[in-house]
Amino acid sequence: MATVLHPAPKIASNEGVREALSKALGAAVVEAREEHGEISLRVERAGLEATLRTLRDEHSYQQLMEIAGADYPDRPERFEVVYMLLSLTKNHRIMVKVRTDEATPVPTATTLWPNAGWLEREVFDMYGVIFDGNTDLRRILTDYGFEGHPFRKDFPLTGYTELRYSQEQRRVVYEPVDLPQDLRQFDFMSPWEGADYVLPGDEKAAEKPAPPPVAQPKTTETPAQTGAGAKADEKAAEPVAASAPAGKKRARAADAPAPTEERPSRKPRAGKTAGTAAATKPKKSPATKPAKSAASEPKKAAAPRKRAAPKSPPKSRSTTPKDKA
Amino acid sequence: MSNALHLDTSPTTGDEVIQNYTINFGPQHPAAHGVLRMVMELDGEIIERIDPHVGLLHRGTEKLIEHKTYLQALPYFDRLDYCSPLNMEHSYVLAIEKLLNLEVPLRGQYLRVLFAELSRICNHMLNIGSHVMDVGAMTPNLWVFELREDCLNFFERASGARMHMAWFRPGGVHQDVPLKLLTDIGDWVDTRLPELFGDAMSLVLDNRIFKQRNVDIALVSKDDAIAWGFSGPMIRAAGLPWDLRKSQPYDVYDRMDFDIPVGTNSDCYDRFVVRVKEVYESAKIIKQCLAEMPEGPVCSDDRKIAPPRRAEMKQSMEALIHHFKLYTEGFHVPAGEVYVATESPKGEFGVYLVSDGSNKPYRCKIRPTAFSHLQAMDFMSKGHMLPDATAILGAIDVVFGECDR
Repeated sequence: MATVLHPAPKIASNEGVREALSKALGAAVVEAREEHGEISLRVERAGLEATLRTLRDEHSYQQLMEIAGADYPDRPERFEVVYMLLSLTKNHRIMVKVRTDEATPVPTATTLWPNAGWLEREVFDMYGVIFDGNTDLRRILTDYGFEGHPFRKDFPLTGYTELRYSQEQRRVVYEPVDLPQDLRQFDFMSPWEGADYVLPGDEKAAEKPAPPPVAQPKTTETPAQTGAGAKADEKAAEPVAASAPAGKKRARAADAPAPTEERPSRKPRAGKTAGTAAATKPKKSPATKPAKSAASEPKKAAAPRKRAAPKSPPKSRSTTPKDKA
Repeated sequence: MSNALHLDTSPTTGDEVIQNYTINFGPQHPAAHGVLRMVMELDGEIIERIDPHVGLLHRGTEKLIEHKTYLQALPYFDRLDYCSPLNMEHSYVLAIEKLLNLEVPLRGQYLRVLFAELSRICNHMLNIGSHVMDVGAMTPNLWVFELREDCLNFFERASGARMHMAWFRPGGVHQDVPLKLLTDIGDWVDTRLPELFGDAMSLVLDNRIFKQRNVDIALVSKDDAIAWGFSGPMIRAAGLPWDLRKSQPYDVYDRMDFDIPVGTNSDCYDRFVVRVKEVYESAKIIKQCLAEMPEGPVCSDDRKIAPPRRAEMKQSMEALIHHFKLYTEGFHVPAGEVYVATESPKGEFGVYLVSDGSNKPYRCKIRPTAFSHLQAMDFMSKGHMLPDATAILGAIDVVFGECDR
């Protein structure tokens, strides 16, 4: 690795450790890698216990911090079990990996470290990897009576069962998962940068072979190449469709309901004013005279209103005082 | 409770053999610190065997993370150990930075260390308080919860959230903190923390009842502590000065001057005292951070990983594009795998991150601290009395959000 810029934990130097361990373990090591400042040894599955014992006793990796499972379904042996070893005396960490499949058991590490028990139980629970020699290989994190191994890549995120409290049965009931809405799986990978899926509606394009490369690419460097000119203008002036005929009433279907605005029973407007435009106009005040053209109309509208007001007040208002008197 | 003591096998009936009986401790028990079910086999009041059943809070966090981009997965870490959320984020952002080989500005590193230590204090306040309450003392718990509340207020002022901060980001921290907050933290560490915490601990540390309940309970030898994969205060109480902040420093811990408290007797009392001393050490680190913290950016200026500031977005089209791409597609992490472990308040908290070069983690295994410690529960409590189980559990400092994931 080039210069270390990141602030992640600094352990003792990796220099020479990979070579030394590969040499010491001999044929047990299948692959030894050093990437991102991490040393990982892939070892033979059958001799795992002996390998770990050698690492613990002779190379002073005293602590087993973690056993991680991982699933790579496109490999012949799909599961990887990763042991994180820590040396308290050398201040160093390594990873030891073994590969396995659904049926082949991995030798247990409980004979070396007592805390391997739960860690192996977890890998078993999540991936279904079997550990040969672990006497207590029960499920650990999932529910009592759970079926399947949820961290496998082919296990759906939503799972298969859901549970709820049933008011009728007065207990928790298990039911198949029923999502009111599909799980939204957003894929934000850029379609221009190697997303290997077909966009919806683009299926045919994917089937067709790519068009052959053009000998002379089309350019628009001169005006003639753009296709613009008198011919194009003419074409652009053509109407797209005939315009709608003006002033012609459309024939109504026999069973269509009558238009609501043309009800004969509807009474004409009670007020004297024909429109409401005048009501919203600002009242004429001596200080601000409106412009001539605008002033002529409000005058006409306002004049009858002034006369009408004393003559005939609204009926409802005039009746109430009479009744009281 | 599966079966009670039968009359015909009661101890008063001559030579007859007394039957062991099993009880359920939890899953709803105030001293279980969450949802822990322990099936206990008892001989009278002596614990013969404990089978802890965990996983009642399993939420499939690791599976969910595989379906989220790197940044979207970050808030899940707050919800692991909800007593020290920032320490959980710390391992994760460091793992991403290690894969990206991303440089973090110095002020960002200082802020991370400062707030990681503040959340260590916050976590220890909860644990110390609940441990003393588990063994019968009420007052100190209420006092140290005051301090915890202060810490949460500081977090709120820094990030806007009291508990689920999501403030550490790949490349630094999300936002800079106001100067007033830093001075307030300084004042708090100088005055309120030592006063109130000192008062509370003066009630406990030399208390006869507290010692009777904790001294010589759950003795673990050095060799056993190593073999069972102990870390954090549990291994330090056994006498091993092992602290990842010191031995495998990350961020600016290598610039900090602090001591590692170790126990001598490796019992519950030592574990408690180690935590109490650690609070003072954390306060020391906080003071140094405040004194040494430089000015400057708090987050990486690599726009392919860290999003631009909002003000920048209003001015620059490029910043807007970066922002959009980072919050939809996210950033791509080079293929590879790392295991990054930091010193969380409870012990070694590790993240094994496998990247396949895409914008989502291929696998994210979380190494909880509680798993190893809780597994040793059976071995630690064998031969102790039933009420000791709560003291042992309190001294483990277990939180089920993290244990069950």
